[in-house]
Amino acid sequence: MPASMAEQPVLIEINGLTKRFGSFTAVNHVSFNLARGEVLGFLGPNGAGKSTTMRMLAGFMIPTAGTARICGHDVQTDGVAARRVLGFLPEGAPTYPEMTVTAFLTFCAKVRGFTGRDLVQRVERAVGLTRLDSVLLQPVETLSKGFKRRVGLAQALLHDPPVLVLDEPTDGLDPNQKHEVRTLIGQMAAEKAIVISTHILEEVDAVCTRAIIIASGQVVADATPAELQGRHPSGKLDDVFRQLTVEPA
Amino acid sequence: MRNVFIIAGRELAGYFATPVACVFIVIFLVLQGALTFNLGGFFDRGQADLNPFFTFIPWVFLLLVPAITMRLWAEERRLGTIELLLTLPITQTQAVLGKFLAAWVFCAIALVLTFPFVITVNILGNPDNGVIASGYVGSLLVAGAFLSVGAAMSALTKNQVIAFVLAVAVCFVFAVASYPVVTDFLSRNTPVLAEIARRIAVIDRYQDFTRGIVSVRDLIFFASFIGFWLFLNAVLIEQRKAD
Repeated sequence: MPASMAEQPVLIEINGLTKRFGSFTAVNHVSFNLARGEVLGFLGPNGAGKSTTMRMLAGFMIPTAGTARICGHDVQTDGVAARRVLGFLPEGAPTYPEMTVTAFLTFCAKVRGFTGRDLVQRVERAVGLTRLDSVLLQPVETLSKGFKRRVGLAQALLHDPPVLVLDEPTDGLDPNQKHEVRTLIGQMAAEKAIVISTHILEEVDAVCTRAIIIASGQVVADATPAELQGRHPSGKLDDVFRQLTVEPA
Repeated sequence: MRNVFIIAGRELAGYFATPVACVFIVIFLVLQGALTFNLGGFFDRGQADLNPFFTFIPWVFLLLVPAITMRLWAEERRLGTIELLLTLPITQTQAVLGKFLAAWVFCAIALVLTFPFVITVNILGNPDNGVIASGYVGSLLVAGAFLSVGAAMSALTKNQVIAFVLAVAVCFVFAVASYPVVTDFLSRNTPVLAEIARRIAVIDRYQDFTRGIVSVRDLIFFASFIGFWLFLNAVLIEQRKAD
């Protein structure tokens, strides 16, 4: 962590977070803190426990052990307060298929307590950030994958939350849209703590100030992208990722 | 409370945005009409009341209400929207109440649309409209009772067919609990259970309403019945939301 960020408030505190499904341990004692201004790339192979960790952080899954706090609010004991300051994009960006984009975003804004002019402005702002202007009155089910993802993203940005947790925000987007989303994340980075999970390692290089690699539910690396690259002679994140996450034969 | 209404509003709009509302209401009205006029012998009886109409209501609800509730949670699970809904700053109780309220209001709309029966009977004779009104109150409570059962069953599974079949089965048990077939069998073997069966029977309570009797006991029964199943619903969602 650069020294300038040391004074930023810690917005996400995860301590010993563990999730077991029967005898299978999906997430095993994951701990990390994230301060404002940090963009954390959450990496790992499929099934490593990325989504499970994010779901526990969002208060959707109940951890078997450990705690998670967002802006000081425990996600289990003070869930509503924690979720109020969190923008969460669930895996696959689920939305209600029969609702129009406007209706869906208005619903989310209402639940978040906005009314009247403020509500309209919030929705307009989120629509502008995610470039949804052209599809506002279309039912979500008629939209392309890229637009659906952006609707999910708009929902997470509505209330301009200090903490963003985005599960694969660029999955299904074309290269131009990916670039836009990365630019957007870059613009917001300074005043938020952002966690994104991704399979695209170049993304980590492009937007993240820090990367955590998780394999079989455990954190195997926690460093800046540059540091990680230095851990393999080739200097490529791909190689570092493979080295850390492929089980020795 | 505000959140409950926001969720209920979204749900209710969802019914009307899909063919669900239209199909349900049309089938409900056609079934009620056919049963009342044909099987119920509405005209042949020569009496100015809606007894045949109210006799069939619980049985039509038994079939149709689980069709509304089967999607309540099962569909949210299938689409993954449950993850979105429950990570908004609302409590699970608010989500449970909102969904139930929307379904209940929807049933109330379907019931209101049976007004031609009331008009017909008022043109043909001089019915006791007080009895008709209490019959409607009873019908709405039966709908609420079945909805609360169905909602809890829907929370159990992500498969809508399973949710439907379970809801029909459980509602059926509560519907027929006071019928002689059940109570005779129970009193021969376990008299205690026979007494309990008679007390928890939804149809028995409902029949008081159709006779024009609105008693506090029956109202408390329905309130606690619905309350119990909604509580179970909330517990099931809490325990199994991510499954």
